[in-house]
Amino acid sequence: MIARKRAAHRLTGMAQGGMTENNDPLVRFENVQKSYDGETLVVKDLNLDVAQGEFLTMLGPSGSGKTTCLMMLAGFEPATHGEIYLDSAPINNVPPHKRGIGMVFQNYALFPHMTVAENLAFPLEVRKTPKSEIEERVKKALDMVQLGTFGNRRPAQLSGGQQQRVAVARALVFDPVLVLMDEPLGALDKQLREQMQYEIKHIHENLGVTVVYVTHDQSEALTMSNRVAVFNDGVIQQLAAPNVLYERPDNAFVAQFIGENNTLVGEIKEVNGDNAVVDVNGSMITALNVNTGGVGSKTTLSIRPERVSVNPSNEGDYQNVFKATVEELIYLGDHIRTRASVCGDDEFVVKIANASALSAINEGTEVTFGWKAEDCRALDA
Amino acid sequence: MSEQLTTVDGRPLKQALASAERTKRIRAVLLVMPLFIFIFVSFLYPIALMLYRSVENPLIAQHMPKTLATLEDWDGESIPDEETFAALAQDLVKARESREIGKVATRLNFETPGLRSVITGSARSAGRWEPPYKEKFLDRRKEWGELETWATIKRLGPTITTVNYLAAVDRQYNVDGEVVMVGEDYRIYVDLFMRTLWMSVVVTVSCLILGFPIAYMLASLPLRHSNLLMILVLLPFWTSLLVRTTSWIVLLQTQGVLNDLMVWSGIIDDAQRIQLIFNAQGTVIAMTQILLPFMVLPLYSVMKTIPPSYLRAAESLGAHRFLAFWRIYVPNTLPGVGAGCLLVFILAIGYYITPALVGGQDGQMISNMIAFHMQKSLNWGLAAALGGILLVGVIILYWLYNKLVGIDRLKLG
Repeated sequence: MIARKRAAHRLTGMAQGGMTENNDPLVRFENVQKSYDGETLVVKDLNLDVAQGEFLTMLGPSGSGKTTCLMMLAGFEPATHGEIYLDSAPINNVPPHKRGIGMVFQNYALFPHMTVAENLAFPLEVRKTPKSEIEERVKKALDMVQLGTFGNRRPAQLSGGQQQRVAVARALVFDPVLVLMDEPLGALDKQLREQMQYEIKHIHENLGVTVVYVTHDQSEALTMSNRVAVFNDGVIQQLAAPNVLYERPDNAFVAQFIGENNTLVGEIKEVNGDNAVVDVNGSMITALNVNTGGVGSKTTLSIRPERVSVNPSNEGDYQNVFKATVEELIYLGDHIRTRASVCGDDEFVVKIANASALSAINEGTEVTFGWKAEDCRALDA
Repeated sequence: MSEQLTTVDGRPLKQALASAERTKRIRAVLLVMPLFIFIFVSFLYPIALMLYRSVENPLIAQHMPKTLATLEDWDGESIPDEETFAALAQDLVKARESREIGKVATRLNFETPGLRSVITGSARSAGRWEPPYKEKFLDRRKEWGELETWATIKRLGPTITTVNYLAAVDRQYNVDGEVVMVGEDYRIYVDLFMRTLWMSVVVTVSCLILGFPIAYMLASLPLRHSNLLMILVLLPFWTSLLVRTTSWIVLLQTQGVLNDLMVWSGIIDDAQRIQLIFNAQGTVIAMTQILLPFMVLPLYSVMKTIPPSYLRAAESLGAHRFLAFWRIYVPNTLPGVGAGCLLVFILAIGYYITPALVGGQDGQMISNMIAFHMQKSLNWGLAAALGGILLVGVIILYWLYNKLVGIDRLKLG
C-alpha cells in the first residue's frame, strides 16, 4: 500500500520525476539480524540504505546471507531483530502482498496454467484494475520486453530468455517503486545472460525504478549496478560502486572475490606515511597501507594481474621489481595468462597482451615483474 | 523423393538399421513377455470369459431342443398344442435321466420365479405318463397353461442372450417380447447401482477433503518431518484390511468407543445411542479411511513438484495468501486431484469386503450383489452382466477423464 501511493504511472508514461527532491532512502535496513535456528546468525547486524532509483546488487557466495536479506525485504522471512523501512515506514509487520514490491524469482515462477498475458494481468486483477486498463498495460509491458505477440502462449512454450523477460515484465507491470531480483539470470546460458544484463539495465534506466538485485556472479554485479554490497558470512564486507570495489577493495575477501587477484601473505616491517614495507618470504615489498594492524602484524597483499608490468623498460617507475620464473602459459586469444613464481609464491598470475614482442617468453624463462606501490594494497590477513 | 540412402557397402539404409536394431527389439519383447503372459492369463482372459458368460446361454438349447423346435413358429397368443407338450415330455425325461434337470429348472427360475418346482415336478411325473400329454401337464401344474411360462422357455432358447443385462437393470421381456420393468418387488439393481455410485461419490469427495490438506502439509514440510507423516499415511497400507474394518466396528458400534464417549460427555442420552455402523454411513466412514492413501499419494506427488516460489510470486504480486492459494496453487494440483479422484472412485465403485462387513442392510454395494450371485444363487450370467456394466462404467469414466484432463497428465505418484 505504502509503495503504491508513490507509483507514478511509469509504464503508462504519465508522470515522471519528483524523484530528485526526495533524499530519504527508499529502503533502509537498521540493525537487522536474522537467525533460522536460534544458534547461528545468518545476517549479522545489517545496516544498508538503498537510494531512490538506485540499482543495488547484493553480491556474495552462497550462504552469505544475501538472499535472506532479499526475502526479509520482500516479506517472506521475518527479521529476527531490527527494522526494515520502505519509504520511511517500518514494514516488519506488513504482509508481502501489501508491500507493493515487484519480484523476479530465480526460476521465474511464471504460473504454468496461465498464458503470458494472464500472468501479466494477475497483479492488476488482484488490484481490481479496470479491464480495459489491464489490457492496455499488459500490452505496454509486453512491448517493453519485446514480446508483443506472445501474449497467448503458455510459459512452457517460451525459451528460457523469453520466460525471463515475461518474469521481468510481470514484476514491473503494476508500477512498483521497488523491484527485487533473486539471481534471475542464473538459469540462462552465458551469451543470453549477458544480453539480458543489458536489457535489465536499460529497463532500469528507462523506468527509473529502484532495483535490489541478488547474484553470486561478480561480473554481472559489476556490469549492472550503481552500487554493490559484497556479502560474506552475514556481513556486508564493502558497499561501493563497481570501479571502487575492483580498484580499491577494503579487505582481502573483496579483493579475492571481485575479479582476478594475486595474493601474497607477509608481515609488516615498517610504515612510511601511506605506504608499508612488507616482508614476503624474505622479499621486501612496498605496498599501500589500507587495512592492516600496523608494524609486526600479518597482512595480505592484493595485486591485480593487469597492473603488473613484465620486463619493464623503465624499472625506476616501479617501487617493486622482482625476478620471476614463468611456470605456465595459457593461451586465451587476446592475452596470455602467465603463471609465474615470484617472492616465493608460485601462483602469481599476470596477463600479457598478445603482442609479438612477448612471444619470446616460454615456460621456464626468467623475467622481471614490476608493480607500483599504489597498485599493491596491504589488506587484513 | 531423392534416391534411396544406402550404407557404404550398398545395403539399403533402412534395412541395415532394422537388422542392427533387431537384437535390441527381440530382447525388449522377451523381457516384457512374462508380464504380458501373466496379465493375459490372470486379467484379460478372465475378463473376456466373464463378458462372454454374461451373454452365453447354452442350457436350454442343449436340454430342451425338441421343445424349442416345436415352439419355433408358436404365435405366442395361445397355449401350444399336443405336439409341443409331447416334445416337452421327452426333453424333461431325458434331462432328468442325465441329471441336468436341476440346472435347467434353476435357469428358468432366474427368469420367471416359481418355475423351478414346475419343471422338476413335471419332469418327475412325465416319466410315468402316456400320451396325450397336454391334459396331464395342465393337471400337474397350472403354470403350463400360462403364456408366460412358454414365452420364458422360448426366450431362453437362443444360445446368445441379452436377458442377463436386462435383468441387471431390472428389466425383462414380457409375453409379447417387449422390454418392460420387472415387478415392483423385484426391482433392486438400478437402485443398488445408484446407491453404489452415490456412495462412491461421497467416499471420493470425503477423501479429497481430508486428503488435500494432508498432502499439502506433506509437500510443504521439511523432509525430516514429512517422512514421519508419510509413514502415518501409509500405515493403513501395512495393516490388514480386515483388521482396519473390524476396528471401525469396535469404534462405531452402538456400544462402541465413540458412542460411549458421547454418552459419557453428555452429548447424547444413553437411550439414544446413534447407529453409526452396519449402515451406509458406516460403510462410507470405513471406506474413506481405507482409500485415503490412494488420494494422498497422487496429490502429494503433484504438490511436491509445485515450487513454493509460485505462491511467493503471487503474494509479491499483491494477492492475499488465500487468493494466491486458490488462484495459483490449486489449479496446479488438478492433475493430482483428477488422478486421486479417479483412483478412489474406481476402487470404491467395486468395493466388496468393507460393505460386506460393516454395510448392514443399506450399506451394501453392487459388488456384494455380484458376490451373492457368484456364491449363493449361482446365477453367474447375471453376476457377469452386473460386473460387465460396472466395467463399462469405469471405462466411460476413464474416457471422460481423458477427454477433460488428458490421461497423460495423470500422476499416480
